[in-house]
Parts: sequence; structure tokens; C-alpha cells
Amino acid sequence: MKIRDLILKRITTLVLPFIQVYGFYIIFHGQISPGGSFAGGIIVALGYIAYATAFGVDEGRAVVPEKVTTYAESYGTLWYALLGLVGIAKGVPFLANKLAGIDVGVPGTISSGGLIALLSIGIGIKVASTMVSLFFTMLEEEV
Amino acid sequence: MNFRPLVAAVVAVMALYAMLAAVAELPPYGAPDNPTFNQLAERYIGKALEETGVLNMVTSIILDYRAYDTMFETVVLFTAALAVMVVLRTDKGMGG
Amino acid sequence: MSLVKLGLVDYGNMLMLFVLIVASLTVYFIRDLLHAVIVYGVFSFIMAVVWLQMNSPDLAITEAAAGIITTVLMMLVISRTSRREE
Repeated sequence: MKIRDLILKRITTLVLPFIQVYGFYIIFHGQISPGGSFAGGIIVALGYIAYATAFGVDEGRAVVPEKVTTYAESYGTLWYALLGLVGIAKGVPFLANKLAGIDVGVPGTISSGGLIALLSIGIGIKVASTMVSLFFTMLEEEV
Repeated sequence: MNFRPLVAAVVAVMALYAMLAAVAELPPYGAPDNPTFNQLAERYIGKALEETGVLNMVTSIILDYRAYDTMFETVVLFTAALAVMVVLRTDKGMGG
Repeated sequence: MSLVKLGLVDYGNMLMLFVLIVASLTVYFIRDLLHAVIVYGVFSFIMAVVWLQMNSPDLAITEAAAGIITTVLMMLVISRTSRREE
């Protein structure tokens, strides 16, 4: 192992938890602070991409198997649509939030917003898995 | 004599004039009686906190008032990933 | 046209907008695609600062994250195709 690789891997290992925690913070605090699920999902994906860049494709694939990204990508959108069906079940329009009788909570707390927190989690997972799968598909496939 | 560059120049100047005339018809930038400051903006600014319980107004718009739009944005992302996989994936098959 | 008193922040904003214009022209005229991608990363970083100056931190965070991941994906595409513009 070259010394340059060693420094790269050490620094990546040190920085990676902070990147991931920051990404999940942005996803979960979309109701309170600036940011949101799109940016948070991209930051989470960037953490995985940094790991795969430093440690090689095979090590990165071992952390995030292809099955995980495929299922997360499909079921993220499905989760969003299923949450939208809550409104239909209550007899109000698709994706209705307060109209559907959901408690929106106290503004400023992390559980406020009713369905919005759940929708944010779905979009964050979806965006992160899309970016990771785009990265791996472009990186490892031989044409 | 070749007239095509001349015709192209005339058409370009006419198109430029039409676009500049359209820009001149726009309301002044930042004026308080612009059509963008209508009842919709007032409703969003005044009632977003009460109707969604969310402090960040951008989130309240993209995930509550315009949630349908956001759903199809995720579908656009899904389609992009699908297109890349269809083009680049060769003989390994799905699911490893 | 009234004379507006410009502060230090306004001159900073003008400088950043000028750099934005120069960066976008450079992306268009440069021949080496890898250099073009790097200049695009500079563009997106300065754009994020400009969004923050315009009091829209949502867009600033999204611009920073999306600019970085666009740069990464474009570099991947360059590594799979040719680096020189034909």
C-alpha cells in the first residue's frame, strides 16, 4: 500500500461519519431549517461516493450492494405515492396533509408538519440511491 | 449573388425586435403591484405556518402545496437512472 | 436613475457575478473538457455563495450539493469517453 493511499483512506474514514450525519440532519430537519430532502439525499450519496472513490469499487459495492440501491430507488417513489393515498382514503384530494385530518404538531419541533417528515425521508432515500446507482453504473460497467 | 445570409440577418433582426418588444411590455422589476404579488402569494405567506405547521416555507410549498409536482420530480430521477442503466448495462443481468 | 450608495457587500456581489460570467464563458470556449468541468465546479460554488447572499439558503445548500455531484458524474463520463473536444 502506497503512503498516499493510506492518507487518503484514513482521512476519508475520519470525515465520512460527519458527512453522513450532516446529510441525515438536513433530511430530517427539512421542516425547521433550510435544506430539504433533495440536498440531504445528495449529501448522503456523496459520502458513499467518497468512500467508494478512496477504497475502490469492490469495497464500495460491499457496503452498498446493488440490491439495496435498486430496491430503495423503486420503493422510494412508491412510498411517496402510498402516503399520497392516505388523502384518498380519507375522502380528500391526493397527497392532502392537514385536510386529511393529520395532526400537524407544534411548529418548530422535528415531528411537526404531519406527512411532510415522512415524505422527506422517502425522497431522501430515493435521491441518495439514485445518485449512488448512477455513480456505480457509470464507474464499473464496461462497454 | 447569394441572398441567404441577408434573409437570415433580416429574420434575426425581426426576431430580436419581437423579443425586445415583449421584454418592454413586462411589468417593472420589483414593483409592488406586479401580477406575481397576487392572492396566491399572500395566502402562502400568510397561512403556510397555520396550514402545514412547518417553519420553513419552501418546504411547506414543495412538500405540501406542490407535493404532486415533487412526486413527479422523483419519477424524473427514476427515469434518468433507468436510462443510464438501460444504455450502460450489458450482459450481467439484473439483481447481480 | 437614482444614485445608489454601494456598500462593501455590493461590490463583493458584483465581483462574484462578474466571476460567474467569466466562468460560464470559459466553460463554453475551453477545449479541454476536464478543465471545463473543473471551471463548472467553480461556477457552482460561487453560485451557491451568491444564493446565500440573496437570502435563500435552501437554494444555496442544494446548489452546492448538486454542483459537486454533477462535477463527479461529469468526470466519470469524461473518464469513459475522450477528454479532448473533437
